[in-house]
Amino acid sequence: MSVNVTVRKFDAVIVGAGGAGLRAAIQLSEAGLKTAVLTKVFPTRSHTVAAQGGVAASLGNSEEDHWHWHMYDTVKGSDWLGDQDAIEFMCRKANECVIELEHYGMPFDRTDNGRIYQRPFGGHMSNFGEKPVRRSCAAADRTGHAMLHAMYQRNIKVNTQFFIEWMALDLIRDAEGEVLGVIAMEMETGEIHAFHSKATILATGGSGRIYYSSTNAFINTGDGVGMAARAGIPLEDMEFWQFHPTGVAGAGVLITEGVRGEGGILRNAQGERFMERYAPNAKDLASRDVVSRAMVTEINEGRGCGPNKDYVLLDITHLPPETIMKRLPGIHEIAVQFAGVDALKDPIPVVPTCHYQMGGIPTNFKGQVVVPGRRTMNEEVPGLYAAGECACASVHGANRLGTNSLLDLLVFGKSAGETAVDELKKSPKPHKELPAGAFDKTLARLDRLNTQKNGTSVHETRLTMQRTMQKHAGVFRFNDLMKEGVQKILEVQKDVQQTEIKDKSKVFNTARIEALELDNLIEVAVATMVSAEARKESRGAHVRDDAPDTPEHPNGRDDTNWLKHSLWFKEGNRLEYKSVTLRPLTVDTIALKTRAY
Amino acid sequence: MEDPIAELRRVRTERLRWHSRRALLELDLVLQRFWQKQPEALAGEQAEVLERLLVMEDHDLWELLSGRQDAGDPVMQDMVVLLRQPAGSF
Ligand SMILES: Cc1cc2nc3c(=O)[nH]c(=O)nc-3n(C[C@H](O)[C@H](O)[C@H](O)COP(=O)(O)OP(=O)(O)OC[C@H]3O[C@@H](n4cnc5c(N)ncnc54)[C@H](O)[C@@H]3O)c2cc1C
Repeated sequence: MSVNVTVRKFDAVIVGAGGAGLRAAIQLSEAGLKTAVLTKVFPTRSHTVAAQGGVAASLGNSEEDHWHWHMYDTVKGSDWLGDQDAIEFMCRKANECVIELEHYGMPFDRTDNGRIYQRPFGGHMSNFGEKPVRRSCAAADRTGHAMLHAMYQRNIKVNTQFFIEWMALDLIRDAEGEVLGVIAMEMETGEIHAFHSKATILATGGSGRIYYSSTNAFINTGDGVGMAARAGIPLEDMEFWQFHPTGVAGAGVLITEGVRGEGGILRNAQGERFMERYAPNAKDLASRDVVSRAMVTEINEGRGCGPNKDYVLLDITHLPPETIMKRLPGIHEIAVQFAGVDALKDPIPVVPTCHYQMGGIPTNFKGQVVVPGRRTMNEEVPGLYAAGECACASVHGANRLGTNSLLDLLVFGKSAGETAVDELKKSPKPHKELPAGAFDKTLARLDRLNTQKNGTSVHETRLTMQRTMQKHAGVFRFNDLMKEGVQKILEVQKDVQQTEIKDKSKVFNTARIEALELDNLIEVAVATMVSAEARKESRGAHVRDDAPDTPEHPNGRDDTNWLKHSLWFKEGNRLEYKSVTLRPLTVDTIALKTRAY
Repeated sequence: MEDPIAELRRVRTERLRWHSRRALLELDLVLQRFWQKQPEALAGEQAEVLERLLVMEDHDLWELLSGRQDAGDPVMQDMVVLLRQPAGSF
């Protein structure tokens, strides 16, 4: 196939215009560097818009707070798998980043005396875990949306160049391992361009669409993660995914905890209020992981509902209709739209639903992508940075605290941008020459897709992948199921290599885009399944039934053998492990303890 | 040689299909349901109304599609009603 590849030169190219990408871009453009931001959708339609809860910062506006307490909560939340240097860095930088955002015009909620209003959020405590603290800063229920608007406007002011509806396909990496930019497709024309740059930042967001039931929008297909894997970069801690207990079965749309707070009850096929057996005191209000696991146990033991016995029911029919309409507005409509039920009369089918990806592209706290090398396990990949949900710094470790991901993208977006600026200013140099055949692999992949005959359907293959992930690497994990899951997902991978699209047109071909997205999703799915099967302990969001809570291993956690990060390599489908950084930057290590709330 | 008008319609439809990729899953699902019932290229008028809806901010669009607000324009509201028709479970 002969394809013209137009080459464009920039100092820096950023893939992604969500919170992380926009924050990084501000840093680069403000420094006067020629910066391109590529995005599949209009920037303020990035998934960050969905975030409502807020962003964590120990401003202490409503009551006393301290970054060190925030750090403690984050380490504990991570079940000690988070790197303590990165966690200290993030918690210390939080106030600065939130105040900067305020200066960009973010309309935070205010206290009576005009300071940023803060509210409590699960897992955030004062005085090293003593009692809940008000740490979350929000802009009504549109925090993510307001954040993106403020940062997009700022970028326009500082002349960031946006390439909207452009899909990055692959990294360009030379024989020395240096990253020299990306290859991308302009959707409008179907043309292929190379963005030749001195610094490349991946900020492509999460990959939650690998699961059948996911709260993530369709756009979250793990493109940056897939691009990194294909470029030989390992993926870190991919077995760790946060699940929310109540997503509408089949649709994924979140039903807030508030519904159970108002008296909603979970029931199995026999109508039994099963949480009474699992958590006699807290019942339906037990913590997210306890509720999710109970739901899966009910389903696995045959007490699920529906023709496939694959969901349980969230019942609010006993609540007065006025309460539902007044206190839980939106839930009635969600049930009608996405479950086809009138929640005043019938219970809502729900399942534990994938919500957040803790793992990703390995970075240090400066936003530089790091890989095992000859000297250490954390050597920088020249020219490559990552931030936001696609990256693993790692601050969330085995489990993320709510409101810490918006903070993650601000702090590490900025930090990646800052480091790139420093590197470029430290040693100014012309663009390194692109290696011969730099585009070959990508063009071959596109050509394969264009010429595939008797291939597989993108839709069907994606569905098989999603169902496989849900069943074999869901919220509660079983040895045999995971072993089987590894075989199954490798089968699906073969199908992905043979996808066929009927529509071969160049201009705005959404079928082609979806096929290319599936190429990325499958990398994430395989990495997740293989890493999950291999980790023989329970920790944070990775819970195995054969690693139960025992006196020797509380909560099934095995620090002797498993206090380490997984690194999955696409090449050879193999795993390596690296140690967790337990030493913070300035304070003492937060010592290992059983995670209990 | 393909019909240039048909090609323009196809591109316009495909662009709208892509613009139906949103930040909120709720919108993705409602719009997906519409597209599943709509395999052909959209007629000019329908495309235009959809264009007007899809340039809206996500949260504002969800206000319309969840029935909390009226579009304030009969043609747009007709489209909202069409999009809102629940089809049972997904
Ligand atoms: C329902 C929901 C509620 C949440 N609420 C909160 C909350 O209250 N607080 C909190 O802290 N966190 C919350 N989270 C998590 C948080 O919203 C996300 O982790 C975060 O917004 C991710 O931001 P990001 O910048 O990494 O990626 P995104 O905002 O997802 O942006 C990714 C960007 O990459 C672009 N992109 C992707 N692939 C390509 C490609 N191949 N080529 C070009 N561009 C590409 C996209 O177009 C987009 O611009 C929530 C998540 C969900 C699902």
